[in-house]
Amino acid sequence: MDIRSKAIPLPIDNIDTDQIIPAKFLKQTDRLGYGKNLFYAWRYLQDGSPNPDFELNNPARKDAEILIAGNNFGCGSSREHAAWAVADYGIKVVLSTQFADIFKGNAYNNGILPVELDERSIADITQLVLDQPATEIEVSLQHQLVKVSTLNLEKNFHISPFKKECLLNGVDETDYLINLRGEVTLFEQQR
Amino acid sequence: MPKTLFDKIWDLHVVKHVADGLDVLYIDQHFLHEVTSPQAFDGLRKRGVEVFRPQQCVATADHNVPTKNQDQPIKDPLSANQVNSLIKNCEEFGIELYGIGHENQGIVHIIGPDLGITQPGMTIVCGDSHTSTHGAFGTIAFGIGTSQVEQVLAAQSLVLSRPKTMSIEVNGQLNKGVTAKDVILYIIAQLGAEGATGYFVEYSGNVFRNFTMEERMTVCNMSIEMGARGGLIGIDQTTIDYVTSRVEIPKEKIFTWLSLNTDEDAVFDKTIKLNAADIHPLVTCGTAPDTGIRLSDRVSASKHITKKALGYMQFNQDDQISDQSVDYVFIGSCTNGRIEDLRAVANLVKGHKKAEHVNVWVVPGSMKVRSQAIEEDLDKIFEASGFEFREPGCSACLAMNEDKIPAGSLCVSTSNRNFEGRQGEGARTVLASPLTAAASAITGKITDPTIFLN
Ligand code: SF4
Repeated sequence: MDIRSKAIPLPIDNIDTDQIIPAKFLKQTDRLGYGKNLFYAWRYLQDGSPNPDFELNNPARKDAEILIAGNNFGCGSSREHAAWAVADYGIKVVLSTQFADIFKGNAYNNGILPVELDERSIADITQLVLDQPATEIEVSLQHQLVKVSTLNLEKNFHISPFKKECLLNGVDETDYLINLRGEVTLFEQQR
Repeated sequence: MPKTLFDKIWDLHVVKHVADGLDVLYIDQHFLHEVTSPQAFDGLRKRGVEVFRPQQCVATADHNVPTKNQDQPIKDPLSANQVNSLIKNCEEFGIELYGIGHENQGIVHIIGPDLGITQPGMTIVCGDSHTSTHGAFGTIAFGIGTSQVEQVLAAQSLVLSRPKTMSIEVNGQLNKGVTAKDVILYIIAQLGAEGATGYFVEYSGNVFRNFTMEERMTVCNMSIEMGARGGLIGIDQTTIDYVTSRVEIPKEKIFTWLSLNTDEDAVFDKTIKLNAADIHPLVTCGTAPDTGIRLSDRVSASKHITKKALGYMQFNQDDQISDQSVDYVFIGSCTNGRIEDLRAVANLVKGHKKAEHVNVWVVPGSMKVRSQAIEEDLDKIFEASGFEFREPGCSACLAMNEDKIPAGSLCVSTSNRNFEGRQGEGARTVLASPLTAAASAITGKITDPTIFLN
């Protein structure tokens, strides 16, 4: 998974799952089509038209696959609909200083790469992208590296080897656990 | 080596270490509700696998259910469809369901403990972040996403990274009018909305030891609001009395439970000590649960208030919080929808009437809480005060049913989240204890409950 893309800056701390996808959109029984309601309340005006001041509606951010958020992105509810909305919109990487635990797990399970960098780097990248929307950011999962050439910035990020393997080789964690049913049964008998 | 309660329970549930510090953790109990489960059941059907341990799953309908006329079909077709999917899925996969109208129906985190399903030493999950509530019993309980719901259904286990541990100790004498809700709002305001991210918290100290199980649940419930994976409290006689009054437990099991408690010299990754005397009744003034301030404070007293939040809440920095006029009061949710909460409210409002311009909804957390309240004639007190006593469900906590707070209206709410739009688009939420909510309903302004306590 190597991404080279423009980015959407959203420098707001504690963006919660109710902002990512409001509760009224949780009534579906499938995983499809949540992207159009991503950040619904910020993205659309009362009359349903796009809010021109919101970065997702900025034509310069079109087709961006990277989102740069403030600290503690995805806090709040466990709703995986938040990750489905982010993925369905076309975001493949989210950069932040820190993610809420449940969101982070949900992101991995939906092929989204959550990348945590230090405060300074996030601030610098955000500023650059605000000033120069055309800037492209490179993210390599293989090398666990974020690269922004304009800033001369190269930063490694952490990911557990298991999650990396899952993302890189499309290993499905659920299949992995189903294959472990024998061991689980043994565990139950021995406890 | 001395160990914490958390570490003991975790270690007893490791099926297998995955190479890099990740563990496969066995899950004892799985709770399900209608919102986060349909896609998981679909996943099972696609894979052609059955539920691995259906007897360790219990489901209920709570998020979408109306709180009026529950005997009639749900009007909103999408909500109806979700609730019906749950019925169908539980039938197909052999899972016990406490649906609408069932005497055990209620908010998932209220019924588990009340039915004696939640027991010390367990690992408990649910596709819901407030699963941390069950930590009050000395369990490892935490919320999971829908993919993980599918995994637990499929294999009764999860691949998890081991969180760090944090001890939060509160000792001393609580001030008048300070409830469990104020204690947890205070802790969250101290640590911040992300202050415990990556940690599992153990609450200790005489304040929690003196709390009832219901008060402990209120505290553990909101652990997630400071980012914690979960929160738990040591197992003692209070825990055991609560559980054994609901289900029969053999003596040996009780000894095993008590042996799980944190050893004296156990070391936490982080330790925080707070003084009970510093805690006062609190209300939030922003759009994150860490914006709690005292009722005598101005909005600027919150160190976590942001400009964006001020704009949304229509507050100014130097506004006095207790001057704010209230439009709605919501008493309920998995944080404060239990019988002791309703008793506290009834006690305070007895002989008083709500302010004319305020709408007050009292929504019990479960059918059992509702019938208990009726048995104690609390419903009559509510009625005499002009409070609407509803049928059980999540209700205005997240406004997925028709219980929505209109845009611009201010709601004093005993729930757990004041995020933008949480209680309805444009709704302004002020989190508070049941006492503060009740006092505010009477005066029509955000009000310190201590003036009613004598
Ligand atoms: S009452 Fe609120 S927080 Fe609790 S489970 Fe229901 S929606 Fe979630």
